[in-house]
Amino acid sequence: MNESRKYIIQLVIVLTGIIFLVKLFSIQVLDNKYAEAATSNIINKVIEYPYRGLIYDRNGKLIVFNTPQYNLTVIPAEVKKLDTAKFCEVFELAREEFEAKMKVAEDFSYVQPSIFIKQLSNKDLARIQDHLVDFRGFDIQPRTTRSYSQPVLANALGYVSEINKRQLERDSADYYKQGDYIGQSGLEAFYEKQLRGRRGVKYKVKNVRGIEKGAYADGEYDTLSIPGENLVSTIDLDLQVYGEELMKGKSGSIVAIEPNTGEILSLVSGPSYDPNRLTGREYSKNFSEISQDTLKPLFNRPLMAQYRPGSIFKIIQAMVALQEGVITPNTRIVCNRNIIGCHGPHSYEDLVGAITHSCNPYFHQVMRRVVNQGKSEDTYEDTRIGLANWHEHIESFGLGAPLGIDLPNEKSGLVPSVAYYDRAYNGEPWKYSNIYSIAIGEGENLVVPLQMANFAATVANRGYYYIPHLVKSIGNSGEPLPKYQEKYYTSVDSQYFDFAVQAMANVVESGTGQYRAKLKDIVVCGKTGTVQNDPMPDHSVFIAFAPKDDPKIAVSVYVEDAGQGARAAASIASLMIEKYLIGETQRPYIEEYVKKGEFIY
Amino acid sequence: MRRGEGIFSRMDWLTVLLFFLIVIFGWLNIFAAVYDESASPSIFDMSLNSGRQLVFILTSLVLIIAIMTVDFKFFDTFGFFIFGGVIVLLAFVLLFGREVAGSRSWFELGPFRLQPSEFAKFATALAVAKMLSSTGFRIDKIKNLAILFALIAAPAVLIILQGDTGTALVYSVFLLVFFREGMSPVPLVLGTCAAIIFVLTLLVSNHLYLYIGIVVLAAVVIFFSKKTFGRIALIIGGAIVIAGVIRSVDYVISDVLKPHQQNRIKALINPDADPLGYGWNVTQSKIAIGSGQFFGKGYLNGTQTKYDFVPEQSTDFIFCTIAEEHGWLGSFVVVVLFIALLLRVIFLAERQKWRFARVYGYSVACIIFFHFAVNIGMTIGLFPVIGIPLPMFSYGGSSLWAFTILIFILIKLDAHRMQVLVR
Repeated sequence: MNESRKYIIQLVIVLTGIIFLVKLFSIQVLDNKYAEAATSNIINKVIEYPYRGLIYDRNGKLIVFNTPQYNLTVIPAEVKKLDTAKFCEVFELAREEFEAKMKVAEDFSYVQPSIFIKQLSNKDLARIQDHLVDFRGFDIQPRTTRSYSQPVLANALGYVSEINKRQLERDSADYYKQGDYIGQSGLEAFYEKQLRGRRGVKYKVKNVRGIEKGAYADGEYDTLSIPGENLVSTIDLDLQVYGEELMKGKSGSIVAIEPNTGEILSLVSGPSYDPNRLTGREYSKNFSEISQDTLKPLFNRPLMAQYRPGSIFKIIQAMVALQEGVITPNTRIVCNRNIIGCHGPHSYEDLVGAITHSCNPYFHQVMRRVVNQGKSEDTYEDTRIGLANWHEHIESFGLGAPLGIDLPNEKSGLVPSVAYYDRAYNGEPWKYSNIYSIAIGEGENLVVPLQMANFAATVANRGYYYIPHLVKSIGNSGEPLPKYQEKYYTSVDSQYFDFAVQAMANVVESGTGQYRAKLKDIVVCGKTGTVQNDPMPDHSVFIAFAPKDDPKIAVSVYVEDAGQGARAAASIASLMIEKYLIGETQRPYIEEYVKKGEFIY
Repeated sequence: MRRGEGIFSRMDWLTVLLFFLIVIFGWLNIFAAVYDESASPSIFDMSLNSGRQLVFILTSLVLIIAIMTVDFKFFDTFGFFIFGGVIVLLAFVLLFGREVAGSRSWFELGPFRLQPSEFAKFATALAVAKMLSSTGFRIDKIKNLAILFALIAAPAVLIILQGDTGTALVYSVFLLVFFREGMSPVPLVLGTCAAIIFVLTLLVSNHLYLYIGIVVLAAVVIFFSKKTFGRIALIIGGAIVIAGVIRSVDYVISDVLKPHQQNRIKALINPDADPLGYGWNVTQSKIAIGSGQFFGKGYLNGTQTKYDFVPEQSTDFIFCTIAEEHGWLGSFVVVVLFIALLLRVIFLAERQKWRFARVYGYSVACIIFFHFAVNIGMTIGLFPVIGIPLPMFSYGGSSLWAFTILIFILIKLDAHRMQVLVR
């Protein structure tokens, strides 16, 4: 009896074995998921943060460097017998804060470290280090933060902060991780790739408690961290400090360029802020303070503030007209104030006189001759041809488009084109009488201070410029970016620049610049500008370069709401020239006048 | 053949070989499970499980020799005494035992620890064999069946009281032995059905489908069976009972089972729901096994077991080590070794003329089978995590000794099978 049952039992046993082997085959051989999970189980990616590149000034003085700071990390599973009260006391935390932070860490992972307190300073560390042994599960992770040798150049340098969500999403190369630092503006942002270096990764084998057990695969997949490249800036730190001192309490900008290289010697934006405020633990608090300041210290005026060029534009107009052959230096034009207003006692000037006295009717006529050359029977068509031609000339001076400085957010300014007026007049016909205000640098024209400084440099060079830039040497290359090594020529011949140089020399020698811009041993060439700013006082503008025959520095200065260009701007520009060429001013009264800041009387 | 002579020539060496292959293989893997490359220890290191397991292996040789020298009638004659003694020990351990990880199942004598519940298995097998082989014992009598159930229930209940449900579950496997000896298959079939329904209830979240399935199934069965009133009533009654089981699953899960037992069942259904919590063991065990792939990572090169991702790796989860380091090939060898041993034991049982020996042989096969099936089943996620060792393979003195005794009593009985007068 029951003989068949022995087969049933054996069948059950054999079937069980077969089921096991099939199931094992499926999870061991067919499914790769487990092998991958096993690898991720045991591997601990240890990231080595590279040292961010330093930034020096043109004379080798350190501008930006790194200081160590420390993150307190926690592995929740390893926190045992914590004296919470003591912990809160040492780290100056409220009980609720502590619990909230702990919860965040636990939600992230029990066995992996996460940041508990960010950016402790050296001083903080010294205070807590002795207590740390009592707080099991907590550890210190060194990171670095930016520091600045002088509280200047904030807008040009930019700042570094933790990468935000949007940037993480846009990071198509997938380099950044949450919590990484990234340059947010200025040079820090523009040269982010060079400055950041390359993160190193070490793969460590860990056990279930996260304790390291050595290198994974003998370190075969490890990469070393590569420190960021150092930058040598074109900035002259002393000049920069001096410029910021002069701009203190004023709104505006100073741009100084070395003409024969395009290197920016100083880039002042006022008002500014101390870059040290946007580092470390106080970052968030300070950032919201600075960004909400009504004086807009984050607004980088040299690149972003667009003004009408004013009378300075007349020098360009003169050169374009000479190039077009519609006037000669000897052309005299009646100062007919019926069409357009003018100032000062003059009536029938030649070109030099018209520039020196800033004669508006003169340049109204000059512009008409440039635009309406009779190339078409139709006045309207003739204007279109003429304006297009004029536009090309003006653009060759680097106006109407961003120059391409190595900083983000450069504005283009505006040089009205044919298309611009077509749009503005909605397709209705227009001719010179509709657009003449651009002749004297008013109307639709817009420039930024950087473009004006570049124009001064172009005149100093008698016809060409290098794109203004802030970094002259990247890493060990000793060279700037390739585009900063290229000469850009204007469409105006060098001989007409000689004329412009002479005219600008006259302005300082005997014209509007003679009182505050003239120097004893140095021939300064300059041009004042007064930009109308109704109903507020005019903006004071001055561009200059010096010395006349071997120019070493070209400057543009904008001081907002400060009245005539001959006062605030001319004073500051000449002081900058003196400081750079001689080392100090020989006219302390001018310095005092600038610092006092009362320009309207 | 004369008694007491040439016992070694009459032993079934194939069983012995399979036994020792499993023991040695197990020992090597216990070393792998505790191996720490930074210390590069020796397998003989007495501070490691592998060193201690070697001692257990050597002492079990003493046990083997003792069993082989004792008169084979001893086990028959003293079967109930041995069983009674073990029951007393089980009761004692409840009173004087040491609590380890929530269960009070260990005696502690100086450095030695003994787990009586391990020895209760062979003792129960002896008692069951003796009972079934007693003269005129008919298994189809309700009274006799009740006695048999009492025999297996006694140790099981005591072990449950110790807090070791897993080991207690082993005793359910005697139903298979009873089945072989003529018990109606109904309890087995019902038990299996209940288990299947239980699991289905957990797997299918919308119970409406199950009810529909039962109705359809009942209709089909009625359609094909004799359409007597009694039969139809029985089927409908059965269907209602099954529906009741489904209704009661939630109650059983949440009110009868302890939280850790609930979690083990949840982990079986969906280990990914909480991989760091209750799903940890199953998830990590599967990762370790799965990462072994076809050829394995090589001896002592397993990372998951070595770095403690797998819990209880030298005892209950020892199979992970072999599957990780030796891949599917290693798994294959282990499974085949066990199946071969089981079939051989059944072969031995079947060739006994003495019912006592045959019943005992089946008990041996079924006990080992239960351990094997549940242990490997839980490591690969086919079974809830029930903490019972892989026989002869897992680390542990009590367990190894108990299985040694279990198997070698059968070998002893088998060696003397020609001397038994068939009653």
